[in-house]
Amino acid sequence: MMNYILWAVIGVAAIYASGWLFRFAGRKIDWPRDNLNIYFRDVGLTEAAGFILGLVAVYFVCYYYFIVESTFFRWAVQGFIIATIAAYAFWWFGKLVGTDATRKLFRQMPLTAAFGILIILIYVILAIFAGAIAPHGQEDIFEKINVLPGGDLATGGDPAFPLGTDQLGRDLLSRLIYGAQNTVGIAFVTTLLAFFIGTSIGFLAATVGGWIDQVASRAVDALMAIPQLIFALLLMTIATAWAGSDKTLVTLYMIIIIAVLDSTRVFRLARAVGLNIVVMDYIEAAKVRGEKLSYLIFSEILPNATAPLLAEFGLRFCFVFLTIAALSFLGIGIQPPLADWGTMVRDLSQFINFAQFSPLTAALPLMAAGAIALLTVAVNFVVDWMLQKTSGLKE
Amino acid sequence: MRRNGGVNVQSVLGIIFQRLGLGLVTLFVVSVLIFAAVNMLPGDFAEAILGQGATPEAVAAIREDLGLNKNPVARYLDWLGGILTGDFGTSFAQANFSAFAGADTGKGGIGSVAAQLEPRFKNTLFLATVAAAIAVPISLMLGLLAALYRNSIFDRFVNIATLTSISSPEFFLAYILILLLAVLNPMLPSLSSIFPDMSFGERLEKTLLPALTLTLVVTAHMMRMTRAAIINLLASPYIEMARLKGISPARVIVFHALPNALAPIINVIALNLAYLVTGVVVVEVVFVYPGIGQMFVDSVKIRDIPVVQACCLIFASAYILLNLLADVMGIVSNPRLLHPK
Repeated sequence: MMNYILWAVIGVAAIYASGWLFRFAGRKIDWPRDNLNIYFRDVGLTEAAGFILGLVAVYFVCYYYFIVESTFFRWAVQGFIIATIAAYAFWWFGKLVGTDATRKLFRQMPLTAAFGILIILIYVILAIFAGAIAPHGQEDIFEKINVLPGGDLATGGDPAFPLGTDQLGRDLLSRLIYGAQNTVGIAFVTTLLAFFIGTSIGFLAATVGGWIDQVASRAVDALMAIPQLIFALLLMTIATAWAGSDKTLVTLYMIIIIAVLDSTRVFRLARAVGLNIVVMDYIEAAKVRGEKLSYLIFSEILPNATAPLLAEFGLRFCFVFLTIAALSFLGIGIQPPLADWGTMVRDLSQFINFAQFSPLTAALPLMAAGAIALLTVAVNFVVDWMLQKTSGLKE
Repeated sequence: MRRNGGVNVQSVLGIIFQRLGLGLVTLFVVSVLIFAAVNMLPGDFAEAILGQGATPEAVAAIREDLGLNKNPVARYLDWLGGILTGDFGTSFAQANFSAFAGADTGKGGIGSVAAQLEPRFKNTLFLATVAAAIAVPISLMLGLLAALYRNSIFDRFVNIATLTSISSPEFFLAYILILLLAVLNPMLPSLSSIFPDMSFGERLEKTLLPALTLTLVVTAHMMRMTRAAIINLLASPYIEMARLKGISPARVIVFHALPNALAPIINVIALNLAYLVTGVVVVEVVFVYPGIGQMFVDSVKIRDIPVVQACCLIFASAYILLNLLADVMGIVSNPRLLHPK
């Protein structure tokens, strides 16, 4: 333990020392371009050390990639490079093709947001056309069980099942693709339901006020006092008891439970946004005109609250998606035979111990988990950009 | 300032007591909520214990025994009274076993929930403490650095890395860490088998991998908040003044911006510790860590209601207490409340 600490201290000191040397050299030598020494005059010591740290990082990446040849590291680096190129190509494509408005949007977009939009598009296509893209059905059971991934007959694979089959003989690639339909679809429906409940009650509380506002707000306070996942687990215990052996009913109850629990957050936002809009003159005018409550909420307040609600929709989708994935991972979410990523991670998790002998097998649970992570990361990138754009914050 | 000192401390104390009272009310409401939710179960414990072939007499006898024939309010008061004296009831899964063995199922016996919970609660607390001890200093430092070098390559890299780790599910991070640190480079054990009579070092080694996973999840959030809190302040006039005086950027941030950003940062730390409470469940299951989270998930699966109730209450209380702490710390560290004009 002491050894590690000692080495860390020495490493930091060495990086700072070389940073100082680097800066010193930069100040003395006016090369390769003129006035570079003036630039170096303003460089802080930590900044200079940062340059050296970056160099060390690049060195280690090259070392592990070319000398050690660690399979997983290579995959990670290759994946990163492919993702960057794809995002850049998509960004470039968006700048050239489309209407003026979308072209302008793409021109101002950071690369991360373009990457996010690309990934979301791919997931949407996978989810809608899962039946056409997947080689087999999600519930089809084949005679060959536990086929190894790789599709190579010599290593226990089978070309018909590129990622192999599970212990029941179901094709894993197909289940991974159908997972997009089930996991993402269910999360999307749940978020829509949560938004429907949250915004309607939230706007109602904001426009009517009085005891409705009080009751709704206190109820939401009480619901939010229990951590969401814990409460969802408690309610799922009861739901499974009610559902009995009916697996679809369990999934249906899960959608309702998570939607209700998540609508509390939407309610808070919708109420806050609504309260700001309700005091506007045009609402007053509409009230004086004698408009109905439903007209006030849906035609006056809702159109003026779309921007913050849309960004919130992205964030809420991520939360709902992660909650459902966690529940499924724990074995009480989406029920088999529906293919689902959270359940797949749990079922395949022991394969991770084979990493040294068969990297592809060990990557199976990571693929399912990574599919979840990739979508939430993509949505978050887009939301991050949207929030920055609407708030006008540069720093 | 000094003139108002006495009055002022009183008003701050007043606010704090008000918040504490509110916290107690919340706890009460939560306990009612949990109890009510559990009572929505179809059938009751008696039918569930005896299964389908139960005679009406046997069901009635067990109902009598467990006090299920009383009305809900009386049962709730019994339950609450039990909890306040440290008696969480009898675990369902253990009840059958101890009835056969003829053991005492009362308070402190084999089947009592409290006896089951106690060691696991300590383990979970240990895990959360280790995670917090690693996460808090790292996230503060990264946040400060990102604020200092904002919009640089470093800042962008940290931004993307933290956003990625926030949005990944806990089990994804956990399996990546297992892959890297337990399977490919066997440095740490991937299963946390913890026994009561372990030495501290051994226990720490077994806990490190789950703690690191939790650290990854929590650090990202804390670091982003620290950065945002400091950058928010950098636009204020007194920072501009300090900069114009020619003070170095690092000094401006550490000595001028940080003290004023302390309130939101402390708030974020407490909120994230509250988040740890939830995150612990999934991570404990991945690493088979013998804590409350794992026990909770197991008892949810077999519908062991007394244990589910107790775990839920413990998680909720921890959550409420930490939120309360965030609130109170926010008040205490707010200079405007402590030194009014």
